[in-house]
Amino acid sequence: MTVTLNGEERECPQGATLADLVAELGLSKRRIAVELNRNIIPRDEYTEHRLQPGDVIEIVHFVGGG
Amino acid sequence: MKDPFMLAGKEYRSRLIVGTGKYKDFAETKQAIEASGAEIVTVAVRRVNITDPSKENLLDYLDPKTYTILPNTAGCYTVEDAVRTCRLARAAGIGNLVKLEVIGDERTLFPDIPATLEAARILVKEGFTVLPYIHDDPVSCKRLEEIGCAAVMPLAAPIGSGLGIRNPYNIRIILEHSRIPVIVDAGVGTASDAAIALEMGCDAVLMNTAIAGAKDPVLMAEAMRLGVEAGRKAFLAGRMGKKLYATASSPLTGLIE
Repeated sequence: MTVTLNGEERECPQGATLADLVAELGLSKRRIAVELNRNIIPRDEYTEHRLQPGDVIEIVHFVGGG
Repeated sequence: MKDPFMLAGKEYRSRLIVGTGKYKDFAETKQAIEASGAEIVTVAVRRVNITDPSKENLLDYLDPKTYTILPNTAGCYTVEDAVRTCRLARAAGIGNLVKLEVIGDERTLFPDIPATLEAARILVKEGFTVLPYIHDDPVSCKRLEEIGCAAVMPLAAPIGSGLGIRNPYNIRIILEHSRIPVIVDAGVGTASDAAIALEMGCDAVLMNTAIAGAKDPVLMAEAMRLGVEAGRKAFLAGRMGKKLYATASSPLTGLIE
């Protein structure tokens, strides 16, 4: 199944949750924020969201800035 | 002498707030911030690099337990983008504090005043502690105070310009009218600029490029720390009055004949 992650298409296994995706990216322990189809998902709810084809996901973190 | 800087109910020793952008690497960022003595540091919110997601992160070098992390909305040109960025920053779990900037023009990076006011209204209502970057305009600053912002952050000069305080008279008026902290943000070029801001009575100063863009950023960070301290002490001490003619410092009696 194809989702859009940070503007790029990505293949995800059927039935994968947001938590699975975050873990696959190695970001489980990172200070990140996640948006799923424009809705912010709190960290403790990643496991509750099963990804659907066409989902648009944004994962952000903090970078240097002024 | 205890002279804490109070911001949103929290006490800080340092009156210098620094950005974390434009450094050579994270090690230099960390060194410069340590030299600056800053306790509040600004960061930007950006997409994780998906091709190399587990790469080192800024917060590996700046422990949020040690520093107050102040996420900004740099690069946002609309109310919607700025509010969305703040919500994401909060969801990342470092608190409610945000540096709101809604940019109105690409070349000057001057703030869009109506959009900044509108975004501030939304964010205050949602429980954010809002520190808005704004023009050196007393009326806008007053409006932001009325909305419930925790401080106002008038610019000294355009972001990254290093021109210093271009309109000290406006900053003076803002200081006279403001009941919330006034933090000069953007445009500071060197230590004397920072000192002037504090001498005038500004509560703090925020800068990034003036340090990161120096030939020796770590040394400049120290210079800025000293400039801010000197300026603050001079403000508290109360400067002498200016006179057109000389007044002798040495006694006029007992001169040799």
